Amino acid sequence: MVKWTEEERRIVRGVWEKVDIDEIGAELWARALIVYPWIERYFGSFGDIFTTTAILNNPKLAALGKVVLSALDTAVKNIDHFKAMYASLSRQHYEKIKVDPDNFRLLAECITITIACKLRAELNPQVQATWQKFLSAVVEAMSSQYK
Amino acid sequence: MVKWSDFERAAIQDIFSKINYDVVGCAALSRCLIVYPWTQRYFGGFGNLYNAAAITSNPKVAAHGKVIMAGLEKAVKNMDDIKTTYKDLSVLHSEKLQVDPDNFNLLADCLTIVVAGQMGAAFTPEVHGAFQKFLAVVVASLRKQYH
Repeated sequence: MVKWTEEERRIVRGVWEKVDIDEIGAELWARALIVYPWIERYFGSFGDIFTTTAILNNPKLAALGKVVLSALDTAVKNIDHFKAMYASLSRQHYEKIKVDPDNFRLLAECITITIACKLRAELNPQVQATWQKFLSAVVEAMSSQYK
Repeated sequence: MVKWSDFERAAIQDIFSKINYDVVGCAALSRCLIVYPWTQRYFGGFGNLYNAAAITSNPKVAAHGKVIMAGLEKAVKNMDDIKTTYKDLSVLHSEKLQVDPDNFNLLADCLTIVVAGQMGAAFTPEVHGAFQKFLAVVVASLRKQYH
């Protein structure tokens, strides 16, 4: 089980307080699809995602961004036992959506970079290290039901 | 051979004309040493790296950050043949420094986060995409002489 110091808990909450789910959620998938275009294969039903402009304006992507960040909110608020809470989400991504789990790490990177653009100097090295530890735990929880 | 769109060329030139070389190299290397502590093994002769404060104020880390930026600048000036430009650098990292090439991706990730923090909203998803493509080519070129 992942151990969190008081300092780390404070840092994760501190970062999360500054995240506007609507704002960050809208950008998140745009970055993922633009920077890692093979991810498009999972979005066959999302309409036009074939140009940068289309990606940046696609309402389904923006909506999905908020879904992802709402799930992340659950993890922030339950930092000691979200792995169990993520079991059904993991199973869904494994059995139904069939997502290659390497992509969880890529999306986590995009989340961190979107936050870096927003928080700027506040995402100092210590804060980055703690935030990335948290996202690694989230990625691990998302991969937990994969066999 | 890597093909660059006009947007990508312009984005890369723009980023490197805007970022502060004295700050970015040091900040990226510091973050790498803090967030991925095993990378410290390559810097045995750098003195005090025992905690984040020591790392971020270590003059050898700062100096090496500038060395890294100078190396990247060569790539920016030779975008159409980074592979050849980096041949000796790749041999150096492989044969003399014996760096595990997976670490190039870690430094690249830290560099992206630092640049995102510096540029804020100007680090749009498209600019982010161009920058990561550039770093992917840099990393591939550094890996090229490994056998």
